[in-house]
Order: sequence, then structure tokens, then C-alpha cells
Amino acid sequence: MTRRLRLALLVPSLLGLGALFAWSITGLPRFGDYRGPYGYVLNQIVVPLRHSTNVVMGTTFDVRGVDTMGEEFILYAAVLGVTLLLRDEAGGGRVERRTRRLRSDAVRLVGVVLIGGGLLVGLWLVAFGYITPGGGFPGGVVLAGAILVLYLIGSHRDYRPFRNEHVLDPLEGIGAGGYVVTGLAALVSGMPFLTNLFGYGQTGTLASAGSIGILNGAAGIAVTVALLLLFAEFLQTYVVPLEPEDAAS
Amino acid sequence: MTLIATLAPLQGVVFALVALGAPVVVLTRDPLRQALANGIYGVSLVCLFVVLEAPDPALSMLVVSGIAYPLVILAAVARVRGERRRTKETRDD
Repeated sequence: MTRRLRLALLVPSLLGLGALFAWSITGLPRFGDYRGPYGYVLNQIVVPLRHSTNVVMGTTFDVRGVDTMGEEFILYAAVLGVTLLLRDEAGGGRVERRTRRLRSDAVRLVGVVLIGGGLLVGLWLVAFGYITPGGGFPGGVVLAGAILVLYLIGSHRDYRPFRNEHVLDPLEGIGAGGYVVTGLAALVSGMPFLTNLFGYGQTGTLASAGSIGILNGAAGIAVTVALLLLFAEFLQTYVVPLEPEDAAS
Repeated sequence: MTLIATLAPLQGVVFALVALGAPVVVLTRDPLRQALANGIYGVSLVCLFVVLEAPDPALSMLVVSGIAYPLVILAAVARVRGERRRTKETRDD
């Protein structure tokens, strides 16, 4: 295809697309305009009914808890897929086995502070997820990220416990399965799946929101461990353990 | 309502930042630099969510654009570079 032909195709298409786009923009509702009733309804009912002051968490883990279970298993399936794909790679041919030791104490110090701060922030996000913004998903990623910093500033040996499948796999099972078991507990008690049956507690305290807290914790564990499993596979495939001098020290 | 009115100029600024950041990410050619640019663009999106008063998506965006996504890109970059070096070595042999 010549350049002129391409231009001849491009210009009319762009004009057509632009016209359609401009037309659709004029039909948009005003910025900040909200039409659906659900947001208003949820804002009204979640705090009084579920005692969870973070309406977003009350919605994701209670009002539409089954959807969130599906989302959690999407992550689970994604990690499973990556693991299966990369497992094959790791067996065939040892690529690139080189690491450099971190020589700067300043960077190491920053890393240590990042680990401590990250773990604290992650735990806070998970624990208070149903009271203030946060929750198991972002909290879990922060926790896993903080643990990964240990790999960046330390050696492979320091990081080894966090890439051990024999530890990670059961934890992932507990996280992902805990969600389902909490739902099944309601079913066993003769109520619909995932009914919030643990009592709502006092609004605004950690002992509130009933099973939302448990589901949130399960999601936190599942996300943290899923990411650690992902890191473990990546590190095994792409990066490389121990230089001789590292092994000796 | 008054809060939203006072936030409007700030929202305008952040919208402009986001609009500027997206092409920067697209136009960066080197994947490693693109990962960095994408991280900074992610922070501008976080600011956008904050000024639109949506803290939960802001937190999710922060961890996804700051931790999860760059790692996947970096792993892919490391893999491609390793592969390229390996093919070069075999060619040298």
C-alpha cells in the first residue's frame, strides 16, 4: 500500500470518526451527573444495615458479595495461568544468571524503611478496609510489594521463604477458599449463600460489619499470596539467584 | 455542593495533567522508560480520583500502577533482553 493510498483512507475515516465522536460527546450527561438509583440507595442503607462505614467495602463484600468472589477467582486464575506458562520456561535452559549485590548503604536503608512502612500501611489498609478507604485488594498488593522490596535490597537467600511454594500454596488456598467457606457457612445455617451472619457489631470499630471483615481479610491474604506467587515465578524465570560471592557471604 | 464548586479548578488542572500524561506514555518508545512514564501517569490518575472524591479507586490505582503493573512490564523487558542476548551468543558461537 502506498503512502498516498493510506492517507486517502486515513483522512475520511478520521473525519467520520471525529464527527461521530463529537456527536456522542454532545449527548453525554453533564459532568458529575448521576442518574442510577443504586448509589443513593447504597449510601442510605449500608451504614445502618451493615455497620460498615466504608460503603464501597460494604457493597463489594456484602451487597454484591458473589461478584467479588468471582473477581477474587479471576486473580486466582490469572496467577494459575502465569504459573503454568512459566513453569515450562523455568525447566528449559538456564538463561542469564547474573545478579549484582547492592553496594549502597543509603539505598539499603531506604529499602528497610520502605519495607517497614509498606507492611504497616498494607496491614492498616486490610484491617480497616471496611471502616476507612482501603480493603483487601489494595492492602494485599501493598503488603506483597513491601515484601518484594526485601528481595531488591537483600539477597535471594533473604527472600527465599517468600518464594517457597510449600508455604504460599496453602496460604493462597486459605485466602481464596476462606471466602467461599464464609459463604457456605451461611448456606449451612439455612440462609442464602454469603448472608452476613456474624452480627454487625458497633459501627466504626474493628468489630463491626460482620462477615464483611472476614471476607475482607480472606481477600487480603489471597491477593498478597497471589502476588508473591507471581513474583516467585517471575524471579525464577527472569532473574537469577546467587552469585558465588553472595553464596559465600 | 460548595465543596464540589471549590474543587472544580483543581479538577480542571488534574484533568489537564492526565490528558498530557497519556500521550507521553504512548510516545515513549523504550519499554523501560515507558514503565516509568506509566507509573507517573498512574500517579496523575490517582490525583484525579482523589480530587473527584473517590478514595477507594485512588488506592487501587496507586497499587496497580505503582507496584503490580511495572513489575509485569519489567519482567517482560528482562525476558526480551535475555532472549536477545542469548540469540546473539548462539550466533557468535
